[in-house]
Amino acid sequence: MAEPESHALTEIVRDIVQRHSGMPTRLLQILRDVQDHLTWLSPEAINEVAQELSISPNKVHSVAEFYSFLYTVPRGCYDILFSDNITDRMLGNRELLHYLCDRLGVGIGEMRTDGTVTVGVTSCTGMCDQGPAALVNGYTLTRLNKPRLNRIAELVESRTPLEQWPQEFFEVSSNIRRADILLGRHFADGAALRAVLKRGPEAILEEMIKSGLRGQGGAGFKLAAKWMSCRNAPGEVKYVVCNADEGEPGTFKDRVLMQDFADLVFEGMTLCGRVIGAHHGFVYLRGEYRYLLDSLKATLQRRRDAGLLGTGILGEPTFSFDIDIHLGAGAYVCGEESALIESLEGKHGVPRIRPPFPTTHGYLNKPTVVNNVETFATAAKIAVEGGNWFASRGTAESKGTKLLSLSGDCERPGIYEYPFGVTVRRVLEDCGARDAQGIQMAGPAGHMISAREFDRRICFEDLATGGSFMVFDQSRDILDGIRNFTHFFVHESCGFCTPCRVGTSLMRDLVIKVHTGHGTPYDLEEMRKLGRIMQVACHCGLGQTAPNPVLDSLDQFPEAYQRRLRATTFEPAFDLNAALEDARQLTGRSDAGAYLNEEDLMLGAMP
Amino acid sequence: MSEELGFTLDGRRIPFQDGQTVMAAALAAGVYIPHLCFNPDFAPHGSCRVCLVKVNGRFQASCTTPAASGLTVQSETEELRNIRRGILQMLFVEGNHVCPACEKSGACQLQAVAYYVGMLNPHFSHFYPRRPVDASHAEAVIDFNRCILCELCVRASRDVDGKNIFAVQGRGIQAHLVVNTPSGKLGATHFSIHDKAAQVCPTGAILTKHQGYNVPIGQRLYDRKPINVVGDVAQLPESKGGRRHD
Ligand SMILES: Cc1cc2nc3c(=O)[nH]c(=O)nc-3n(C[C@H](O)[C@H](O)[C@H](O)COP(=O)(O)O)c2cc1C
Ligand code: SF4
Ligand code: SF4
Ligand code: FES
Repeated sequence: MAEPESHALTEIVRDIVQRHSGMPTRLLQILRDVQDHLTWLSPEAINEVAQELSISPNKVHSVAEFYSFLYTVPRGCYDILFSDNITDRMLGNRELLHYLCDRLGVGIGEMRTDGTVTVGVTSCTGMCDQGPAALVNGYTLTRLNKPRLNRIAELVESRTPLEQWPQEFFEVSSNIRRADILLGRHFADGAALRAVLKRGPEAILEEMIKSGLRGQGGAGFKLAAKWMSCRNAPGEVKYVVCNADEGEPGTFKDRVLMQDFADLVFEGMTLCGRVIGAHHGFVYLRGEYRYLLDSLKATLQRRRDAGLLGTGILGEPTFSFDIDIHLGAGAYVCGEESALIESLEGKHGVPRIRPPFPTTHGYLNKPTVVNNVETFATAAKIAVEGGNWFASRGTAESKGTKLLSLSGDCERPGIYEYPFGVTVRRVLEDCGARDAQGIQMAGPAGHMISAREFDRRICFEDLATGGSFMVFDQSRDILDGIRNFTHFFVHESCGFCTPCRVGTSLMRDLVIKVHTGHGTPYDLEEMRKLGRIMQVACHCGLGQTAPNPVLDSLDQFPEAYQRRLRATTFEPAFDLNAALEDARQLTGRSDAGAYLNEEDLMLGAMP
Repeated sequence: MSEELGFTLDGRRIPFQDGQTVMAAALAAGVYIPHLCFNPDFAPHGSCRVCLVKVNGRFQASCTTPAASGLTVQSETEELRNIRRGILQMLFVEGNHVCPACEKSGACQLQAVAYYVGMLNPHFSHFYPRRPVDASHAEAVIDFNRCILCELCVRASRDVDGKNIFAVQGRGIQAHLVVNTPSGKLGATHFSIHDKAAQVCPTGAILTKHQGYNVPIGQRLYDRKPINVVGDVAQLPESKGGRRHD
């Protein structure tokens, strides 16, 4: 795209800023829109935005630099990002990535000199059941294969607008394989709102207490306690926030809820608004789910037209509530509720010091409820069907059901709804995973378990999860997965606190050292020590859980490490092959002669 | 009159006032808990994590934990010393800290805390990042190699000096300190060595020009006494080897 004249740039930016009512809290949304127009955020564009919003250019720059999907260096008109979760890798994404780069004549992460295209990688895009996946200018591409990439390369070369690309490239399936009380039963729009109007907020809170519902985002905080605390917090203005950031690799159940059950989610948010006394809600939708934005906006409008949203809901003059959708821009840490709130306020997403908690000091320091998508959907059902109905399923400490996102080595990946307490073994049987050697539960931040533990139960008493369930069969090398996860945390650390900012890189380097056959028993001990420091010393859950996959696999799959170790007890960290990388880059060589041995050549392609 | 509020720190009773953190109360009582991003003149930040303690058995940063009656806080244990040492080692390998060649050596809070927690070597492999030195300002020089991202200069310049000269940009290990000018040069700002921001850096990243080695190495603040005895260089007046300009 040609660089617009400066007055044209001013016009474009002014227009966009005005559409966002000139609100600095909309900064991230404004930058997204500006970039949609210009493909990247040039210093001039950043200055214009700063000027229009009357804030310092460096503040704008800080925000732009924080989010992966915002670019402060030029990008191609077509920006293609391959999802790089381990499940995409299992489906062969690396080969496809190289294939497309070769076809287009462009290096990974670089813009082609003619400015047409950039091809890179990004963290999991939540399409694990239909990968390998990618994003093109933010829109999801699924089920990639070579024929599809051939076609995409042609469309790029001919500069065909995205609207004219074949629709099936963008098709996202829901793959609901097992439904229980949440996905299986019909829900009449407005039923939960009628219930709260008829019975009052106190009675609804009673039902929530009876239900025992706990947050479905992973931490499992009791919903009734959270809503009550926010309801009782002093202040006239309160907010409801739906956490649809779903950044945990391997999780995609919130995507399916937003795609097929958006009404239910919005209804849960509106219900919450009535219970806590809030009139405004936000959905924080992860940038990777950009493709859902238009349909979600249409659903909101339909609900306004039907009197289920806006002022005077269901004819009750004191019942007003509306919802805005805020799009993220590629930052896993923004799933952490206080970082999410910072991001909603237009800032970069660094987790806040807690206490105080969002229920008293949330969005704009006002009392705020943050709940997961699935939690809101479930709450709406409970308001209609009653707490006892919900509590009749599940276990003593984990009532009701849980949506699992299944992917990896199984015949039927997709969404499975189970009552809490189901065994891992049962899930594996249902999804057709015949040959599993291990499961990564609850994403890289969760736990890796081996076949010895398949009789464990999925519930807060045993294996807690936000919903990610990735299967590794006997043909897989567990360390491939571990390496992928440690890389993920390096990329996603916000950089605020020392043990995470530095520790994630140190951990990744140790894993690479072992993975490439240079590790010794000493390095395994180092991993444990480092992991322990990170678990206890980091500022937020990201850093605290980042070492989990390494620590778990050291216990559960010791042989995966042992068979790669050197016999010596110590090997220096200096890596001759890595030291040659600069020379390879400079000379543009990737042939066998530029590597010390075959294994290094093979791994040269990996980050 | 109600009874005085207090909690226990390593077996010692520490009085506190409502609203104080564990760190602030301990300092006020004359008990040292190592810290880098905390400075009593500013709101707590919680980023360096060096002040980690165990509060009723749970690990927490003492600079951000509100003091409360009945808390049992552990600080000087072998376990915490090891963790703190690990965090210091991370800071040392992340940047380029060549202490023998640094003008701040001996009066550097980072170095003093490292000694305090028993750090004798960097342990981890060095990152050797490429970072610039900015000597464009007439009175001060910034060596970004020594920045530990405590954001004290950011906070001081924004909240006290009202100049908003510094900021942190970038995510994760790419995070780095920048100067808020188009050129990124300190010389293009209104920075002055009399600013609060010039007095708070716990490392040798922000140095005053034209006064190198006024006090010979060997006779500097922490050459004479450890940090737990004399306290932070930024809190002491110049006459006592500190950096506070009264
Ligand atoms: C690094 C990190 C990422 C998180 N990502 C998400 C997420 O994507 N979705 C989510 O609902 N909760 C996420 N959480 C948990 C939230 O902080 C918060 O607990 C949750 O949104 C509360 O909703 P719930 O009680 O309904 O589960 C994350 C937490 C951390 C530490
Ligand atoms: S642990 Fe620290 S660096 Fe990591 S994401 Fe959380 S606040 Fe940021
Ligand atoms: S320059 Fe000094 S005060 Fe500023 S962030 Fe870096 S270490 Fe902290
Ligand atoms: S002094 Fe408490 S985290 Fe830095």
